[in-house]
Amino acid sequence: MDLFNAIIQVLDSTIRLSVPLLLACLAGLYSERAGIFDIGLEGKMLVGAFAGAAAASVFHSAFIGLGMAILISVAFALVHGFASITHRGNQIVSGVAINFIAAGSTIMLGQAWFQQGGRTPALASDERFGAIIWPGADELRSVPILGPIYSELISGHSVLVYVAFLAVPFTWWVLFRTRFGLRMRAVGENPAAVDTAGISVAWLRYRALICTGVLTGIAGAYLSMVQNGGFVKDMTAGKGYIALAALIFAKWKPVNAMFACLLFGFLDALSIRLQGTPLPLIGKVPVQLMQALPYILTVILLAGFIGKAIPPRAGGVPYVKER
Amino acid sequence: MSMPYAKLPAWADYGLIPVINLAVAFVVAGFVVLLVGENPFRAAAVLVEGAFGRGQGIAFTLFYATTFIFSGLSVAVAAHCGLFNIGGEGQGYIAGLGIGIVCLAFDSVLPWWLTFPLAIIAAAAMGALWALIPAYLQAKRGSHIVITTIMFNFIAASVMVYALVGFLKPPGSMAPQTRTFLEGAQLPKLNWVIELFGAKIRSAPFNISFLLALAMAFLVWVLIWRTRLGYEMRTYGHSSKAARYAGISETRIIIIAMMISGALAGMMALNPTMGDQHNVALEFVSGAGFVGIAVALMGRLHPVGIVLAAILFGMLYQGGAELAFEMPAISRDMIVIIQGLVILFAGALEHMFRPYVQALFASLSPRSVGIEAIKGKGA
Repeated sequence: MDLFNAIIQVLDSTIRLSVPLLLACLAGLYSERAGIFDIGLEGKMLVGAFAGAAAASVFHSAFIGLGMAILISVAFALVHGFASITHRGNQIVSGVAINFIAAGSTIMLGQAWFQQGGRTPALASDERFGAIIWPGADELRSVPILGPIYSELISGHSVLVYVAFLAVPFTWWVLFRTRFGLRMRAVGENPAAVDTAGISVAWLRYRALICTGVLTGIAGAYLSMVQNGGFVKDMTAGKGYIALAALIFAKWKPVNAMFACLLFGFLDALSIRLQGTPLPLIGKVPVQLMQALPYILTVILLAGFIGKAIPPRAGGVPYVKER
Repeated sequence: MSMPYAKLPAWADYGLIPVINLAVAFVVAGFVVLLVGENPFRAAAVLVEGAFGRGQGIAFTLFYATTFIFSGLSVAVAAHCGLFNIGGEGQGYIAGLGIGIVCLAFDSVLPWWLTFPLAIIAAAAMGALWALIPAYLQAKRGSHIVITTIMFNFIAASVMVYALVGFLKPPGSMAPQTRTFLEGAQLPKLNWVIELFGAKIRSAPFNISFLLALAMAFLVWVLIWRTRLGYEMRTYGHSSKAARYAGISETRIIIIAMMISGALAGMMALNPTMGDQHNVALEFVSGAGFVGIAVALMGRLHPVGIVLAAILFGMLYQGGAELAFEMPAISRDMIVIIQGLVILFAGALEHMFRPYVQALFASLSPRSVGIEAIKGKGA
């Protein structure tokens, strides 16, 4: 029973840890499917986290916080679009720039506005998204096996967790069942064909980037308003890059993205859980190895040893209407 | 704007446009300063004063610039070959492992002028090795070098934590860093050069690796513009198809370019470890690898430009420290914002102002942009 409880706990923290990855990963999916590489997921999450926590603590409302997070994150996505769509700049350079601006400005504005060393004030419970307890969760807790699964794993998360997991089928539906999705995928593979059909390549790509901004904004809000009660400097800590890795791991498909993020979240949860405890057969695994595992797995995948990851063909190439 | 990339005079292309881009970046940075309620002009004055006002400031500016010359060159070499090495941070970090091992082994037996070459070799070798795997994967398996080098940055960070906590730190110590290097692994200071000009320096870590950086800048210039290898790299960077058609081996050129790039990134670790802190500690690179991207873009991938841009960023780092001290509302993170804005305006948006500059040149002197020649033919 102890082992079972331990497993439930690890799985529970897997869900909590994979939600920001999942949202950022789906965000990257929209922009990369439309042919825009986005190294700037990290930065957009960070500004989202900061804007969310700052607005929530000033206006005392979680929803205003969420709205602000989305707004600012979309603004950064549009800067990326302006550089890489309108001015046909290097998309990777632009993404790197966004990450720097985000990292610097969140700390500096945070320090200037709140004077707490780059943090935002701790959020009160009504300024955060609290846990939603599903009906009957407390009564069923004592039921063996199913009880803990229902009350710990399924119930008791914040609304953003459910949003993240519902975003997976929604993204699938948008991508593969709507006209917008079809055009978006086409613009990532062969923009010239889309242009010939009389559809604006630039406007499609801008719309995809707005979707990216909305999702990274929610991801940021989750970090600062659910996982943590306020913004802490550099709180994304490379999650944007892990999300990028997960996106490649998932071969740019929404459902795969969910499993990839759950896997990376599970590795993270496990490394926290196993800190210093020796494993049977293998002995003590260095924490650093566990932490590096998502990156190592991604490199191995990229090397083509676990299936081949083929990116959208027009990815990273600015579209020039006529040559 | 039918010919967006038509030729401008060289001085406008290499001088005016970067200056305009830089100026816009600083104007936007000025708005950020306004946003936190300070006076941007006073901030700029404090920044320049802090960087160049006294000998102490100049020495620190050049100390920071040393690291950025290495990382800028590293990005530039790869970029000439059409590769974006975003992994300078990790290559420099892992080079600390090589430096640490060499210094701990030899600092008690060899003088610095023997330890230094060994450490250079170790640093360059570790950096090159860390770039080799992504290069090989790019060349042979087509994995995107940007993603693999980012992944290798994180893997390097894990390896270094493991090494520092595991075997590099002295037994019994809690801090995850090596012991302080002895005399044999401390680089001599160059502060006396600045003192020759009459300035006074209390203590600054400006050291001999600055000369190594300048030498490397020269060697990179020779490599890129005066050797066959450099020609092949530039060819591949311009058009991989043309290079293939000319019989240049794709695998060979990618791997060589990335290993040189990695070696340069590795050498960047010499300055903060042997020149300043006299140990290898956690996070000693502290973002210098990423600054290299801004430096290389600002310097338009030319060694002379890179040295100048590195000094500019050295100035920002040193002056930024003074600024944070003088104006409490502005923290050192202001530099990170400026860095981002420079990358945005000098890199991603580098062509934004070009059409306007061209229109201006065409109206002032049509000959300079080659318009008159076309008109003359028509008439």
